[in-house]
Amino acid sequence: MRIRTWGTATVLAAALLTGCGAADGGDAVGGAAGGDGSLGGTLTVFAAASLTDVFTGLGEQLEAEHPGLEVQFTFAGSSTLATQVTQGAPADVFASANPGQMAVVTDAGLADGEPQVFTSNVLEIAVPAGNPADVTGLADFAREELTLAVCAPEVPCGAAAEDVFAAAGVDAVPDTLEEDVRAALTKVELGEVDAALVYATDVVAAGDAVEGIAVAEAEDAVNEYPVCVLTEAPNPEAARAFVDLVLSAEGQAALADAGFRAP
Amino acid sequence: MPLPLLVPAVVAVAFLVLPLVGLVVRTPWSDLGPQLTSPGVGEALRLSLVSATLATAVSLVLGVPLAWVLARSRIRGRGVLRALVTVPLVLPPVVGGVALFLVLGRQGIVGRWLDEAFGLTIPFTTTAVVIAETFVAMPFLVISVEGALRAADARYEEAAATLGADRWTTFRRVTLPMVAPGVAAGAVLCWARALGEFGATITFAGNFPGTTQTMPLAVYLALQRDPESAIVLSLVLLAVSLATLLLLRGRWLGRAGAAP
Repeated sequence: MRIRTWGTATVLAAALLTGCGAADGGDAVGGAAGGDGSLGGTLTVFAAASLTDVFTGLGEQLEAEHPGLEVQFTFAGSSTLATQVTQGAPADVFASANPGQMAVVTDAGLADGEPQVFTSNVLEIAVPAGNPADVTGLADFAREELTLAVCAPEVPCGAAAEDVFAAAGVDAVPDTLEEDVRAALTKVELGEVDAALVYATDVVAAGDAVEGIAVAEAEDAVNEYPVCVLTEAPNPEAARAFVDLVLSAEGQAALADAGFRAP
Repeated sequence: MPLPLLVPAVVAVAFLVLPLVGLVVRTPWSDLGPQLTSPGVGEALRLSLVSATLATAVSLVLGVPLAWVLARSRIRGRGVLRALVTVPLVLPPVVGGVALFLVLGRQGIVGRWLDEAFGLTIPFTTTAVVIAETFVAMPFLVISVEGALRAADARYEEAAATLGADRWTTFRRVTLPMVAPGVAAGAVLCWARALGEFGATITFAGNFPGTTQTMPLAVYLALQRDPESAIVLSLVLLAVSLATLLLLRGRWLGRAGAAP
């Protein structure tokens, strides 16, 4: 038999893998809910790479509140994670850096209920400390003599950058189209590019090595982060508790500290 | 054939070949034509072939003498030297890319000087692609050639020396022809590694169509948006590299391949 389309193959593979996943998940579910409402077992969260610091902190907090619970994270690009979820990876929670990759999961019928937007992120210009090239705004991305990095249009930050440049009417001349936002940021930190278009949260994460310049036109391309509990979640109670924590005032405060915005 | 050899060999073949079969099975053949003729693909393929070939040429010019030093000279600290020059084999390529920045980047130790003295900046150029590929691939050539030199009978070189040849003549007229199959095998390995290079290239050279976007970079980015086209691109790279290797094998390694 030759499998003709990627779609059919994906569904087949997902069916096979989730079959195995359910069997493996048995142990985790066994200790999932204690009699006193405390949570146990293992909680597996798939989250966009930009959430690494905030989610790790929230996970530790949940573990402290529920001593029987172990929270495991997989941080990666949203598209990679969405592919893994549709291929049957045994995850409880999926937090995407854009609605498009969440749609991949909801379209496959794997989201339990409607995904909730829990935060958002906006593009900002990152320049090396001291701003050696005197970058002041988006218009500088049209200066041929500067070395400039923008994300590739295939990845979310690049798609957002295209929108922002279009809104601003800037004919950008980047020297490199980076494979993800952290790669663009690294080049700013090393001083190898004069400016890059990254997320506000990346500028905060980079600390003193990088300065941020707000971009008014970026307001048109705000990136929303949806989160959902997965239908195949081996530990749905803990998954729900984690999502509630993210949406709580505490979770929102942690996100704000990292440079994220309210949804 | 003895079973203890045959069974693991069959497992090895299955392990190495099945993922390729997977790619072929999943290929959307109807999309093959449009993908192949799209200008971006041709550009990335041409850039890949040119930069991998240049990286192999640089590796040959610098790597063969290095292999000779490692195999034949009596300098002290040879073991340490060998370990040092094979570091790129174990270094994650992305780290290699960052390391290249620290030396050849605008702010790098050597790069800063190049920039000030000549206005020359290397990152984000095709030159950077060749440098990144050479950094990662040259050790494969050095190891292969050094192995060939060690296996070669040094008595021929001694005989040449007793007949009055100096060391350079001996190297050119005796040593090099003797280890030619090893050099060819090393060059093929080096070329293949350079062709597939991803991490160091995307870090040090960046990614821009026509300048620095080689096939592996194009495949990776296509995978982010459209997995089917990523499979087609992979298959193109696979077909071209296999065809090249088979062609060269017949040509260069004909004799070595026919050995019993």
